[in-house]
Amino acid sequence: MNANTTVERVAAPQAAPVAQGGAAVVARPDAAAREVLLAVENVSLGFGGVKALTDVSFDIRKGEIRAIIGPNGAGKTSMLNCINGFYHPTEGRITFKGETRQKMRPHEAAAGGIARTFQNVALFKGMSTLDNIMTGRSLKMRANLFWQLVRFGPATREEVEHRRKVEDIIDFLQIPHIRKTPVGKLPYGLQKRVELGRALAMEPELLLLDEPMAGMNLEEKEDMSRFILDVNQEFGTTIALIEHDTGVVMDLSDRVVVLEYGRKIADGTPDEVKANQAVIDAYLGVPH
Amino acid sequence: MDLLSQIFVEPFALMVEMPDLLVQTLWEGFVSGVLYALIALGFVLIFKASGVFNFAQGIMVVFAALTLVGFYAMGVPAIGALVLAVAVMFALAWTVERVVLRPLVNQPDIILFMATFGLTYFLIGFGELVFGGEPKQMITDELMLPTGASDFEFGGGYVRIQHLDIAAAVIASIMIATLGVFFSKTRIGRALRAVADSHKAALSVGISLNQIWVIVWFAAGIVALVTGIMWGARSDVSFALQIIALKALPVLILGGFTSIPGAIVGGLIIGIGEKLGEFYWGPIIGGGIESWFAYVIALIFLLFRPQGLFGEKIIERV
Repeated sequence: MNANTTVERVAAPQAAPVAQGGAAVVARPDAAAREVLLAVENVSLGFGGVKALTDVSFDIRKGEIRAIIGPNGAGKTSMLNCINGFYHPTEGRITFKGETRQKMRPHEAAAGGIARTFQNVALFKGMSTLDNIMTGRSLKMRANLFWQLVRFGPATREEVEHRRKVEDIIDFLQIPHIRKTPVGKLPYGLQKRVELGRALAMEPELLLLDEPMAGMNLEEKEDMSRFILDVNQEFGTTIALIEHDTGVVMDLSDRVVVLEYGRKIADGTPDEVKANQAVIDAYLGVPH
Repeated sequence: MDLLSQIFVEPFALMVEMPDLLVQTLWEGFVSGVLYALIALGFVLIFKASGVFNFAQGIMVVFAALTLVGFYAMGVPAIGALVLAVAVMFALAWTVERVVLRPLVNQPDIILFMATFGLTYFLIGFGELVFGGEPKQMITDELMLPTGASDFEFGGGYVRIQHLDIAAAVIASIMIATLGVFFSKTRIGRALRAVADSHKAALSVGISLNQIWVIVWFAAGIVALVTGIMWGARSDVSFALQIIALKALPVLILGGFTSIPGAIVGGLIIGIGEKLGEFYWGPIIGGGIESWFAYVIALIFLLFRPQGLFGEKIIERV
């Protein structure tokens, strides 16, 4: 499936990532040679007569940053929705950590280690930053209803322990000043950051980011890029991201898959994709 | 002139003249206020978590109380009957989630609202079929609820306080406090609020909507059971009780549909306002205003605060 890509990456091992920008870039082992974390095989998705995805196959490997790009309406978000169980593919299969499930439900995906953010921030608006991020710990908390009701023993201990983890995340994302603010009142850029925090609180193996930088100014984009790189390098989290800013995509990602009208038109390293004629046509249009 | 004096002077003169009567009225208002608050709380719980206005909350009060009394009548000891009634409320929550909510997920609110109408009539029919339609006595003594009354000397007269009312106020307060803390400080409470805010975000962090719905309906069922016991003990257990549940509407309008403190304060305002109105202003038009006065109070409040006392101000960034 990825034979071409693999050969080319092996031929030029670890040449590229020296110092790009300010963030310390560690020499990365070749992404394409790693273990497959998630495999998408021949996935199609239709809503009535409309085909959102047609026969898409690609894989996401452990520890890489994988970008999914394409023009508007290419099916990128639909793809993420299939991966985390919001949609069920009409054909094909998705294998995560070696396990193929026909109909994975969203909370099962979450329990399996898939976290995500949304294109138009989906936060719990009435709740504080802290509480929002705490919800990310839901699956890690075990105290039963009874102990929670009496607020004693295991429930309190657990609450304290998870609160500490959440404080670490808040520090990491540099948002301690908005800890108690209801997120509905925060500016958009910070909301995106809180949403990332909530996903991180799940300690996911695979983090899906749907346009993490949409609507941000340059400075906010740089901050967000740095967080994404840090998450990937420090925690070893595998990341799949959808992004429209091609500059960001080319800087951040190890490999890029390009969709157009629900079909895959290219797959490979940023440089390969940039040089691909089909991709250029998709973005710039072809004269008829 | 005479009428104005009847409205604006005489009632207050009477309050000052006979403080014992005033305290008596306030206390009775307080107790029914607490019980209104409990019913409203049942509505708020479900509305917050699933966005459904549960019309069946009133009949759930009756149904829960009927189940309790019914099991006792079948020879189950009181405590056993209580446990069974709790179990039945859980079964009801589970069934509602399976049969009503799950198939209707993502349907418009009005459809879910209509579904709760259906549930109401199902519960009326089912309750009558199993337990019979005639009014029943609440098993007050068997549940070790206090009966009798104490008189306190106050302001030159006596204030009579029913022991049962004290128990009702205490139990309801504990219940409300527990639910309040539960909602704000625990994982499941947080999950409930999360579901109330955004379904897809809640799903993405691994919260199971189905599980949350069962929990809220069960919580609302327990609230209904407690309300049913308290109200049943003050009058009797009959289907007429569900009318009282409609009093929760002005309470909700007043307190906001999503606020627990709102339900409490709203309940107290309606309860106390209603009793004061009935006692001091009722005679002007021949009494019997208790049944509609609550709505008048709610309307007056709405003129000044359309979002209710504690309703969430809608914050939207444009």
